[in-house]
Amino acid sequence: MTPKIELRGVSKAFGRKLVLKDVNLSIAAGQSLVIIGGSGTGKSVTIKSILGLLTPDSGQILIDGKDMTRASRRDRKAFLADIGMLFQGAALFDSLPVWQNVAFGLIEGKRLKKADAKEIAIEKLGRVGLGPDVAELHPAELSGGMQKRVGLARAIAGDPSIIFFDEPTTGLDPIMADVINDLIVECVRDLGATTLSITHDMASARKIADRIAMLYGGEIIWEGAKDSIDQSGNAYVDQFIHGRADGPIQMQVTDD
Amino acid sequence: MNKTANPIQIIGHITLASLAEIGRLSRFAGHAVASIALPPFYLRALLRQIWLIGYNSLPVVGLTALFTGAALAQQIFVGGSRFNAESVVPGVVVIAIVRELGPVLGGLMVAGRVSSAMAAELGTMRVTEQIDALVTLSTDPFKYLVVPRILAAVITLPALVLVANIIGVMGGYIIGTERLGLNSASYLKVTADFLEASDVVSSLVKAAVFGFIIALAGSYHGYYSRGGAQGVGRATTNAVVTAFILILLANLIITVLVFGDAQ
Ligand SMILES: Nc1ncnc2c1ncn2[C@@H]1O[C@H](COP(=O)(O)OP(=O)(O)OP(=O)(O)O)[C@@H](O)[C@H]1O
Ligand SMILES: [Mg+2]
Repeated sequence: MTPKIELRGVSKAFGRKLVLKDVNLSIAAGQSLVIIGGSGTGKSVTIKSILGLLTPDSGQILIDGKDMTRASRRDRKAFLADIGMLFQGAALFDSLPVWQNVAFGLIEGKRLKKADAKEIAIEKLGRVGLGPDVAELHPAELSGGMQKRVGLARAIAGDPSIIFFDEPTTGLDPIMADVINDLIVECVRDLGATTLSITHDMASARKIADRIAMLYGGEIIWEGAKDSIDQSGNAYVDQFIHGRADGPIQMQVTDD
Repeated sequence: MNKTANPIQIIGHITLASLAEIGRLSRFAGHAVASIALPPFYLRALLRQIWLIGYNSLPVVGLTALFTGAALAQQIFVGGSRFNAESVVPGVVVIAIVRELGPVLGGLMVAGRVSSAMAAELGTMRVTEQIDALVTLSTDPFKYLVVPRILAAVITLPALVLVANIIGVMGGYIIGTERLGLNSASYLKVTADFLEASDVVSSLVKAAVFGFIIALAGSYHGYYSRGGAQGVGRATTNAVVTAFILILLANLIITVLVFGDAQ
């Protein structure tokens, strides 16, 4: 079966700084892959390349077997119409009330009537545990955890078949983080969506992943089923999942 | 950085960097203009921008024109009285205001307010990934953000400059009749006699061009800003500087083209 998402030899540099070196990944339909890795290893760049927000220098990005780096405008549009993305910083539109944020893709992208879109938005907000009173607030009036939930509601508003989560739990307290994890698992189960998530929160990775891949130095250095991560036999993975300062991964504490 | 920097190298470096910047700005402008004609159109965003640019700029543009027109009348009176030519005041005021000062000062005042505000807003949207979020929600940021701003400025600036011209002439009239003792009826008559339709047209064409420049500079620097709050601050300053320079340059070009071979 063709994988839902496949990366073949994707490389990306900013100036002289090589961020992704020949990344290969594949995610089967309905599966949840979580990429773990330290700060600045190129996790967000990987997702942005798949979304077409960044253009990789080389390599292919296949969605349902179709190379998106060479796709026509129409194919790209069709792809974007069928995805949801939760940004690392939620990236809510601060000029719009919460419900319009959630309904944005439905109104502007899918051209739904405002009243219908609002109904869907309220329903999706309910799914992430936010009442209709929140719908009229502006993003600046929400706490970080609530913003993440609104971002999640926006990501699932169009019932997408692929969802991307960029660090869904960073900056949240452990309980709220777990609430978000549960929401993600639940939403994904209900939608039957394929997901690609990024995190450095191992509790979150264990909860939402089917498979886990580790990005280090711009390369995927390990990939396997979630349950096999404790027996990976990979010193880098061991160091990361146990959060040890000493090991093969040397943190750059000074400026690069 | 090289310790013994060669001046020729520095000049070459600056030249190349400016050329690259001009290239990027032109490409951005081309992309924006090409996006104007294609649907979807965001009418609500357009009206909102017209309101933000037009209504909020009215006081500052009006006051600028009023004071400038008044000061101009006073100066010309003083200068003209040396040749017993005080009667040229209304004619020179109206020509100076409509051809040059109305559009240029109006454009610069609006640029100071609007280019910086646009750069700050789009810059913040860029660094907080809101522009990326638009793309993932099947919305073209050029059509949703840039086109309404450019269209609104091109529509609104001529209206603002028209008002500025009228208020500027009024400023001259008030000083001329109240302080300098010029006859009210003949002041208005001379003003009307001197003013030609082509002056008004060129004034409004300048205003539209300046509107384009104002929104282009603000959108461009905001759209490509990066590096957090500091980057947004830099984008704001650069937007105003770019707008000022391009407005003055465009004004010179239009003036030479329109009035260059008049006798
Ligand atoms: N648009 C860009 N221009 C220049 N450099 C960039 C850009 N985007 C990312 N980078 C660089 O690429 C590297 C990887 O960034 P990325 O955002 O993918 O990290 P990350 O793995 O998501 O880290 P974190 O866990 O902190 O979010 C960083 O060193 C960053 O400075
Ligand atoms: Mg990141």
